[in-house]
Amino acid sequence: MTGFLQNTFNGLVSGAFYALLALGLAVIFGMLRVVNFAHGAFYMLGAFGAYVLLAEAGVPFWAALVIMPVGLGLLGMALERAFIHRLTRLDPLYNFLLTFGLTLILQDLVKLRYGVQSSPYATPAELSGSVDLGLFDFPTYRVFILVFAVAVCVAAWWLLGHTRVGMVVRAATERPELTRAFGIDVGRWITPVFGFGIALAALAGVLAAPMRAVNPLMGADLIIVVFAVVVIGGLGSIFGSVAAGFGIGLIQAWGEAYLSDWPILSQTIVFIVMAVVLLWRPAGLFGREEAPA
Amino acid sequence: MVDDPTPGTAKRPPSALAAAGRAPRWLRYALLAVGLAVAFWLPNGLYPAVAVDILCWALFAVSVDLLLGYTGLMSFGHAAFWGTSAYVTGLVAIHLGLPFPAAVLLGALAAAALAVPIGYLAVSRTGIYFAMVTLAFAQMVYYIANEWRSVTRGENGLQGVPRDLFGLDLTDDYWFYYAALPIVLLGLAAAWRIVHSPFGRVLVGIRDNPARARALGYPVRRYKLTAFVLSGFLAGLGGGLFAVGHRFVSLDTLHWTTSGKAVIVVVLGGIGTLWGGVLGAAVLVRLEDWLSFSGFEAIGLVTGGIFVVVVLVFRRGIWGSVAALAVRWRTRRRE
Repeated sequence: MTGFLQNTFNGLVSGAFYALLALGLAVIFGMLRVVNFAHGAFYMLGAFGAYVLLAEAGVPFWAALVIMPVGLGLLGMALERAFIHRLTRLDPLYNFLLTFGLTLILQDLVKLRYGVQSSPYATPAELSGSVDLGLFDFPTYRVFILVFAVAVCVAAWWLLGHTRVGMVVRAATERPELTRAFGIDVGRWITPVFGFGIALAALAGVLAAPMRAVNPLMGADLIIVVFAVVVIGGLGSIFGSVAAGFGIGLIQAWGEAYLSDWPILSQTIVFIVMAVVLLWRPAGLFGREEAPA
Repeated sequence: MVDDPTPGTAKRPPSALAAAGRAPRWLRYALLAVGLAVAFWLPNGLYPAVAVDILCWALFAVSVDLLLGYTGLMSFGHAAFWGTSAYVTGLVAIHLGLPFPAAVLLGALAAAALAVPIGYLAVSRTGIYFAMVTLAFAQMVYYIANEWRSVTRGENGLQGVPRDLFGLDLTDDYWFYYAALPIVLLGLAAAWRIVHSPFGRVLVGIRDNPARARALGYPVRRYKLTAFVLSGFLAGLGGGLFAVGHRFVSLDTLHWTTSGKAVIVVVLGGIGTLWGGVLGAAVLVRLEDWLSFSGFEAIGLVTGGIFVVVVLVFRRGIWGSVAALAVRWRTRRRE
């Protein structure tokens, strides 16, 4: 029982990363109809930025937790204005390709400067140690991530549900044609929302720095899993992205714990779930069915 | 309609296909003759190993373009077929000692077999979802190869893939190029036949207007799946030859960056122009070889940069731009 709960907690923690990344992808997709391939690269930049700030300027974790999302969010807005904006009237595939190209560039820039080795990042002193959760001890830092990520998701949920910008984003994400038909000026929110989505990815990156190996490729494989997550949740649904994020984190953790004799299965369980979901509901668990293709 | 939220505004660059089709017959034959001459001369002008890579990547690009350019489906997971065939070809050649064309054929068949379930699931989505689904399944194949170490040797890769052809000495890349060339030309001819057959016409019809194709009574999903499997087979031919050409199979052949590179090659050469893919392969493979030879380590910086520039300002690609220029020149002369 204790082991099960521990695995469940670990699953929720990795699910928190998926949820933050999938949420950012979902709002960006909502406003721009762009699946941002560079999302994983920004996650990596968040973690790497935190490492560089600490190692080269002595900036602590808590400051990095603010600096990196804001800085990378601004960089994201600049990239949106410089590149992505030019492709808005074209097939969405071009933006996917563009952000793929940006990913290769961002990864290699970091690789050129810092090599491919992993860099260590110390857990902040206040969050080291572990918390007694009754049945078992759990690392404090992981508890912090879980609480923090849930808080961010709830805050994002509140913003989306109770502010004017949020309503526009939600409407544009879930009923794009109707939103335009109502004459809502979606255009002016595109760049800030892109920056916001990137900031969420950067935030996840900073959170990952003390827990995962910081290296230029850390976002590369993660982003593919996040794509699977949004396919499962339904990219047209913000709630679906977050729910599928936590769900996939759980399934993966349980898979690793209980299917460890079949490593192939435990590594690919996310994609197996995706295959089953596609068979059952092609639009994803919370997505709306499209016109048959 | 979640996939195409803005009907009518989503545009592709004007197809160069129409332009090429209007070229006079003598010009088409002349171009074909020049192309064949270049293909026969290639290993005399380049390092033979690079020339072999160009052949393999040309097939890979054409297989991706068959979907992207002619069916309107962007597979971002074609490394699954390229890499699966590379592994199967390598294993067959090592353990069964078959001549390499037979090993490559088995590899390509394995890739086509893998394309059946992946394609079956993927064609239920279109557009950007299709790209993500193919990408995710390709990553699944990557993990399987990584974990199934007793067969794939994990990160060490398959070493010492033989290059047997009834005892002919093909250890020199120069001679291997000429042994591989007929297979590649057959693959390219098959792609050309597919595109110019009634089946290919239906694919283009589906790309341009799926609803109309369905209304005309075509089973759209079955057509897409067939195209996907054929494309997987062609990608597998390229991947198998790549394995024999390098005498080594690594996990890189299954990685998503390989899938991405295949799409770059197509976009660089020109979407919807089969020969553009061949040209794009030649340019990118040559460039990468030159970069790594000159000791430049960040190849992704250059390929990523090419990607960004091509997508932003050069969407017709090399072949598409040349064809468009030729058409403009011809119409101006006529006026």
